Formats: sequence, C-alpha cells, structure tokens
Amino acid sequence: MSGFEPVIGVEIHVQLSTRTKMFCGCELSFGDPPNVHTCPVCLAHPGVLPVVNEEAVRRALMIGLALGCEIAPRSIFHRKNYFYPDLPKAYQVSQFDIPICGRGEFVAIREDGSELRVGITRAHLEEDAAKLTHLGGRRAGAEESVVDFNRGGTPLVEIVTEPDLRSASDAVTFLRQLRQTLLFLGVSDCSMEEGSMRADANVSIRPVGSHEFGTKTELKNMNSFRFLERGMDAEIARQEGILRDGGRVSQETVHYEPETGHITSLRSKEESHDYRYFPEPDLVPVAPDPAWVDELRANLPELPLSLRRRMVDDMGLSAEDALVLTESPELVAYFMEAAALADPKACANWIRGELRAQLRDAGTEPWESKVTPAHVAALVDLLAAGTVSVPAAKEVLAGMIETGDQPAAVVEAKGLAQMDESDLAAVIAAIVESNPDQAQQLRDGKDKVMGFFVGQAMKQTGGRADPQAVQKLVRELVLGS
Amino acid sequence: MIDENTVRHVARLARLRLEPEEEKVMQEELSGILEHIDAIRSMDLDGVPPTTHVLALENVLRADVPRPSLPREEALREADDVVDESFGVPRMD
Repeated sequence: MSGFEPVIGVEIHVQLSTRTKMFCGCELSFGDPPNVHTCPVCLAHPGVLPVVNEEAVRRALMIGLALGCEIAPRSIFHRKNYFYPDLPKAYQVSQFDIPICGRGEFVAIREDGSELRVGITRAHLEEDAAKLTHLGGRRAGAEESVVDFNRGGTPLVEIVTEPDLRSASDAVTFLRQLRQTLLFLGVSDCSMEEGSMRADANVSIRPVGSHEFGTKTELKNMNSFRFLERGMDAEIARQEGILRDGGRVSQETVHYEPETGHITSLRSKEESHDYRYFPEPDLVPVAPDPAWVDELRANLPELPLSLRRRMVDDMGLSAEDALVLTESPELVAYFMEAAALADPKACANWIRGELRAQLRDAGTEPWESKVTPAHVAALVDLLAAGTVSVPAAKEVLAGMIETGDQPAAVVEAKGLAQMDESDLAAVIAAIVESNPDQAQQLRDGKDKVMGFFVGQAMKQTGGRADPQAVQKLVRELVLGS
Repeated sequence: MIDENTVRHVARLARLRLEPEEEKVMQEELSGILEHIDAIRSMDLDGVPPTTHVLALENVLRADVPRPSLPREEALREADDVVDESFGVPRMD
C-alpha cells in the first residue's frame, strides 16, 4: 500500500479454563445440553450476591505478569450497563478505570527473526455473556431467539493493546504468539473455533509520516487468525479506497464475510455505547497480597519468547525452527528432551519435519506416539555416525512409529544399515555399466542425470546407500574425478 | 437543571417509556439529585480518595470448587417462553 499506513490495535477476550464461573459455583462446560449449568446468581435472580472466583484472579495475575503488566495494588469491578437478552442482569460485571493489570509489553518474533514490540494497555477481569441463538429457518416461521445460560458468567480476561501494529500480518503474528504464551501459562484452552479466544481489531489508516490517528473501525470477532488477517487487509483496502475518493471513514463496527471477502457494516444502534459504568457495589475490591504476586511471578513457566531466544542463541536453530517448535508446551518439552541428548539442530529438523509429517497421517502428535525423544536422539546419532543414510533413517522412523523399538533395533530388523563403501562401489559399477546412455549424458555435463543414478542405487540397495556417497562414486567412475 | 433531551436519553437507555408529564417530574427529580452532587463538589476534596465501597472489606474470594446448579426445569420455570430447553426471547439478529 503506498501513501497510507495501517494503524491497528487489538482486543482479545480469553475464557479462563477454571472449574467454575466467575461469580458463582456453576461448572464451566462446552457442548453440554443448554441451561444445565445455571443458578440464581448467573441467572440474575433478585437478591443474589456474586463472589469472586479466586482462581480467576490468580490466572488474571499470571497473564498480567507474563505480559509485563503493572499489577494494581487494589482494583475494583464496575457495572457496564446495556440491555440484551444474553445479559440477564442488564449489566456486565467488568473493570473500568482500575483494571487488575495495567500497562505492559509483549515481544513477538517475526518469521525473519525481527522483534515485534506491542504495548499492552491493560488486562482486566470480566464475565462472559450467555449464548444467544437465532432460530431463523430452524423452525417454520420462527421469529425468535433462544438463550442458553451455560456460558453466562464464564470468567474472561480482556487484553487490550496499544495501536502499535502496522500491518495485518504483524497483528496476526502478535496474536498467534500471545495465544502460545497463554497456552504455556495453562490459563485457557484458547480455542478460536470454540470461542474460548476471540479477537477484535481496531483498524485505521493514515498518510505515511503522519502522527495523527485516522478514524478507526472495529472488526468484530473472527473465529480464525486466517480470516482475521484477510478481514483486516480487506478493511484496510476499503478505508484506503474511501480516502482516495476524498471520502471520510465513519466510526463503526464492521464484519468481514470470509465467503465473499466483503466488509459489511453492523448497524450499531444509536446510544449503544453509552454504558454508564459505575462501581459494582456487590463486589469488594481485589487487593492481591504482594507476596502472592511475587510467588506467582517466581513460578511462571518459561515462556515461548525466552525459549525461542534460547533455541536460536544457544542451540543454533533458525528463527523459523524456534517458532514451529514452540507451538505448544508439549512440543517444546519433547524437543528439549531430544536436544539434550543429541545435536539440537538435527533433532529440530527431524522432529518438525519427517516425524510430524509421518505422524500427520495417523493424526497423532510426537508426544502421543511410540517414538520417544530419546529415540529421536538415537536416530540422529546413527545418522551422524554414518550408520544409516537419510532415506534409510526415514524408514527407521516409520518402523519406530509402528513398533516403538529403538532405532538400532529397527535398523537391524529391516537391514537398513548403510552399505560399506566397497560393497556400494560394486553396485554403482554395475549400474554405470548397464546404463551407458546416462553415463554419456553425465559426461556431456547434464548434471540432472545424477538423480537417475541415485534413484537406481537406492532401488538396488533397498535404501541402504548414502546418496552423497553414491554421487561421489558415480562421479569418480564416470568422470574420473 | 438538566434538559428534557437528557431525560429522554436516560429513559431510553433504561428502556423506560415516559409520558410527557412524567418527563417533567423526572427532570425535576434528577436535577434535584444532581444538585446534591454539586453540593459535594463545592467542598475542598483534594486528597480525598473516591469512595467506591462503603464496606471496609477487600478480597472476598471463593475457592474454585463447583456447587450444584439448578435442575433445568427449575431454571426455566420463570421464563416467559421456553423453546428448545432454552429461554425464548424476541428475535435478535
């Protein structure tokens, strides 16, 4: 885009995976029949009193600490007032001017290894609304909606960023790595599909070099990062079109339709943003004991950013390797265990490459498979020692996936040990002799034909030849060098 | 004195339908309440933290332990309309 730069900030809602709701003892659930997890508190019967879930506070603090936020010594809840059928009290309990977590910063790493720093404005606690479904065509002539209160009152942390992002792709890089961090903290399932993580983006554009902000629109609630990125790009293009035609962007909430690629305006009703926040009299302030906060800080798990830096700086991995391997806490643990036993770079290649590729068909993850990190390390060592060739190693891996045997045992059982050079030389000599045309092509400088010889050698040795050694032998024999 | 438009705005936010004469009464009553606020504002309150709660309590927290929920029939008993084991409400989309 020339002439304009996008300015993007995001708001992320994360459902905490506590056992019970924010203000009552009803169990959280996903996929249960409607209205089986409700009580007078989350149905807003008159005269009930909410009580804060301590575990929700603990997790909000963990999120704040992981994001480098200032922790408020004393924070309070507010009522955010609006009428909607998914909100039985006609207000949402949220936080307003004194959120539990204040300013912080999150550092993401782009695929090229560069740092992406995003200011965190705040992270606060609130409760989720119930689930509202429009019956539409499901019942003939239905002009009704139905409400399921199972989700109503689920603890949420809302994370708000500064408008620090300058492209849709950066915004998604940030969101993906924020999601990873939350997964490492173990505070939420962070499932975009199931709605336990939801992201809205505030998008505006301005002339390059300008320091003023343009009018922003809010892109609502996309259920995948891919659609969110496309939606932001579509919205950026739409705003640019308006400005180039001399028009003005109006502040509104917009929706991206993945099927058509169109941006539509969600008619927001007049006055809908007049929430009349006021302090929630039913809930007393939360003032976390500094000793508790220190203890939580000390016990945070190692987070993806630190792991990635360690993988790149100390273990010689590429930025991209590190990104892939920090996808989940399980994968990191698996890799680290292997890397402690054998060459980390080779372990990284085999785990993120061949192992995952072979397991994908079975739909399993490395840590769920019969192949242990020690197996991977042993295989890497066999390769390094020249005991097996790369193609043979792939077969060994397939054998290990099937049986769970040690790689050496699979090599033995399948006869995959690399041939020694004199045996291999005899095989190559025979191949060269019976394929004079290809040999001539090689002499004529057609290097591509080398693939033919390697293929033949692999076929005749059952994959027990080292491709490098084959090439070397063919060259010596045909070209005399 | 707050104006009539403000009264109507607040009434709409609260989903109240007011007759013109009721609007008049509300205008006076709301203005009266705001005058009390003005009285507080006229005092020197520098260094006085805002009072958000009248109880000297903090950290009233509950352990994250499930308690029984209502049987669904009971939860739905007061609903105006029950559809698909859920609370039926006017169309929202």
